[in-house]
Amino acid sequence: MSKTTTTTKALSEWPLWEVFIRSKQGLEHKHCGSLHASDAQHALQMARDVYTRRQEGVSIWVVPSHTITASAPDDKAELFDPAGDKIYRHPTFYAIPDEVGHM
Amino acid sequence: MHAAASAHIDYLLHLADNAVVLGQRNAEWCGHGPILEEDIAMSNISLDLVGQARLLYQHVAALKNDGSTEDSLAYFRHAGEFRNYTLLELPHHQALVGYAVDNRDYAVTIVRNFLYSALMALLWEQLQQSTDAQLAAIAAKSLKEVRYHLRHSHDWLVRFGDGTDESHQRAQAALNQLMPYTQEFWTVSAFETQAAKDGVGVDVTGLRNDWHTLVQNALAQATLQMPSSDGFVTTGKHGVHSEHLSFLLDEMQSLARAHPEGVW
Repeated sequence: MSKTTTTTKALSEWPLWEVFIRSKQGLEHKHCGSLHASDAQHALQMARDVYTRRQEGVSIWVVPSHTITASAPDDKAELFDPAGDKIYRHPTFYAIPDEVGHM
Repeated sequence: MHAAASAHIDYLLHLADNAVVLGQRNAEWCGHGPILEEDIAMSNISLDLVGQARLLYQHVAALKNDGSTEDSLAYFRHAGEFRNYTLLELPHHQALVGYAVDNRDYAVTIVRNFLYSALMALLWEQLQQSTDAQLAAIAAKSLKEVRYHLRHSHDWLVRFGDGTDESHQRAQAALNQLMPYTQEFWTVSAFETQAAKDGVGVDVTGLRNDWHTLVQNALAQATLQMPSSDGFVTTGKHGVHSEHLSFLLDEMQSLARAHPEGVW
């Protein structure tokens, strides 16, 4: 990239967007990255150019990054560790009848 | 060669040369785009154009059946044999500035892409009905690509025009500089007239009103003024070019000419 002032200006002035792409086979949109853009339409267009060049997708969502509320990494222990020893929550203890076949 | 056959080939070369010259010109931004995402977008557009040129050159090579290949047509013809619009070979600079890399102006790039894409969106649409089935198929593929190029350049044109004072001023300057070159679209050449008569090509003058409306609407949205488009009419499609084409071809053709039998 050229080292012009516009580069830094664009990156500092344009908000960040999270990009979600639904692939041809996929049922759901999956997060695939983020980019800077001046507004939602601009973000969509750029997402098309950056993230669907190799036929990755048939649908794009863009979401302003600031609207996402994320869990704090520091809360990891109390949020997620307690689930660690509750293996009975996985349905692996049921015998699957033969008629059901592969699940 | 028979006049119709010769016009047919010249017409295809005109379309191919337009695509390859603008593709090569826009590729200069690769690695130097204003921001990463736009760098990729412009490279995508270049690749679309080079892809269109390849299909057209391959078709010409098959019609000529004289040992020509897509490579010989792109790399071993000199500037006087190229039939692209002069508009497409101009550098990415505003008028009357130096030619240093830093003098490139993205407003020029965007305005040029917009003026050309607006024409090609109309032209490819009509060419889907060409009596040349291969050309009709290339038109169908290219139409999808150019509609995106048009959307891309239109969006930036509006952002520039309706943006800051500086972006507005630069977009207007680029328009004032480039609009006179669009006169060449509407001055018909013998090969275009013959190709249109044979059903291979399209009478481009018939697209003028639609093109004008399209441009006018975009400029209104971008709060830009329609500049005058009179003055000198360029003659690129007749093979008489500006000084810029030779330099562009020199760079594009140098590798193939240094290693004439080279293959990947």
